[in-house]
Amino acid sequence: MQGFMTLFRKELVRFWKVSFQTVAAPVLTALMYQLIFSHVLSRHVEAYPGVSYTAFLIPGLAMMSMAQNAFANSSSSLIQSKITGNIVFLLLPPLTAVEFFSAYTLAAIVRGLAVGLGVLLVTAWFGLPLPAHPLWAFVFALLGCGVLGTLGVIAGIWAEKFDQLAAFQNFLIMPLTFLSGVFYSINSLPPFWYTVSHINPVFFMIDGFRYGFFGQADVSPWLSLAVVGGSFFLLSGLALWLIKSGYKLRH
Amino acid sequence: MPSAIEIRSVSKHYGAFQALDDVSFTVESGEFFALLGPNGAGKTTLISAMAGLSRPSCGDIRIMGHDVVGDFRAARKSLGVVPQELVFDPFLSVRETLQFQSGYFGLTRNDDWIDELLFKLGLAEKANANMRALSGGMKRRVMVAQALVHRPPVIVLDEPTAGVDVELRQSLWAFVQELNQAGHTIVLTTHYLEEAETLCNRIAMLKRGKLVALEEKGKLLRHGAEREVSLRLAGELPAALQALKVRDEDKRVVLRLSELSQLEGVLAALREAGVAVRELNVIEQDLESVFVRMMQEGAN
Repeated sequence: MQGFMTLFRKELVRFWKVSFQTVAAPVLTALMYQLIFSHVLSRHVEAYPGVSYTAFLIPGLAMMSMAQNAFANSSSSLIQSKITGNIVFLLLPPLTAVEFFSAYTLAAIVRGLAVGLGVLLVTAWFGLPLPAHPLWAFVFALLGCGVLGTLGVIAGIWAEKFDQLAAFQNFLIMPLTFLSGVFYSINSLPPFWYTVSHINPVFFMIDGFRYGFFGQADVSPWLSLAVVGGSFFLLSGLALWLIKSGYKLRH
Repeated sequence: MPSAIEIRSVSKHYGAFQALDDVSFTVESGEFFALLGPNGAGKTTLISAMAGLSRPSCGDIRIMGHDVVGDFRAARKSLGVVPQELVFDPFLSVRETLQFQSGYFGLTRNDDWIDELLFKLGLAEKANANMRALSGGMKRRVMVAQALVHRPPVIVLDEPTAGVDVELRQSLWAFVQELNQAGHTIVLTTHYLEEAETLCNRIAMLKRGKLVALEEKGKLLRHGAEREVSLRLAGELPAALQALKVRDEDKRVVLRLSELSQLEGVLAALREAGVAVRELNVIEQDLESVFVRMMQEGAN
């Protein structure tokens, strides 16, 4: 337990020491999206009845930022440790796979939540209502960060070079987060893209998170919970197995 | 009391490359043990296997009686390793580095020992400096402190003095000897053979993944009983002794004797030829010559 607590604290210290880059910058980026898209689209789109486009956009942007930053936290920490070689100081102590995994994932969740909170705070004045179902919103924030934090652990273990990690980030994580209904309701999509959206777990994170704020969404929050929760358990199992087997960590 | 390190039939291959080939030996508690071998002999692979950084293809290793795979938590708590490569976490200060390392080993209130380590390793003044700001030698000291932070009974140093200044080498060895006297088992790999010769009781030599020698230091030095004798003679070396000559050295002639008792015959031959001996020196063997010879002969 002490080993887990220490590694968790180390991971928090790591991103907090560079919080301009790890927290403030993504919050600013989200604010830019909010300013630009709400200016361009506010008069054209009404996603849900009674919900303005500017308000609709906020939870999606917050969830997207949470997802991207949770992924970035665990994956970049691991790849840096691997490339500089200081991961040896984590491989020599008696840390179990569960301790190792939980510390990285939980720190990723904390960073994701910090960024999400920041995004909600700076964009709230665009008309975000108080959450209709705060617990749903919190559960999706937590699980969404958990899924991407876990995916970050997997990518960080798998990648051997920064280039490979960048490929993972740009060719998988970015499309998954952008094509997830952040900027639109998937009900407005043509049938093909409507179907494709349903195989993207990030869509369910955003949809569930939005339900927490507006009390309405594209699909039932229970379905979203099942998909996001299921993804989390599946990916956690994979990450734990990789760590336990020593894949790319212990030769 | 269990042996400090027990290595049984350990092999490791990476594809077709055999990094370790059926290596077995035991290091007893309290020993100061050297692991020697040229680059690529398998020393670091063996240390990695002890530390759980790599997994043997077959065979098993126990540290203080704990299997490094099956009982890895107890095994790793018993072992402190100073890796060969100079690595550090650029986000942390020296003290943070040691505090975090303590925590990974499950220790919370370890500040007294950390302070002692900082003092003993000459790091006290740098305690709050960021790791990036330290010189190479200072970073190496921090790595030593990291390996000792959980007071392991077995300490493995993988070429800890490579590229390190004389002052650190001496203070490091004084400290390591102190630890050894306090009962810690020390295993060391080094390129400086005189270090192994002065510090260690027992020596293992690896060559291409195989154990080619495992002896008490004294025995190893006596191993090849061959001696060299340097003579300053009043005249020419008699023809009968030419076969023994290995070289001329500064107006002296150096002969190689298969054993020291052969010297009597050499002196008799000189007397017979009427050549007076002005000076005679028996050249003591050092580890380096034994090492070089074993590596030349050794298992192929």
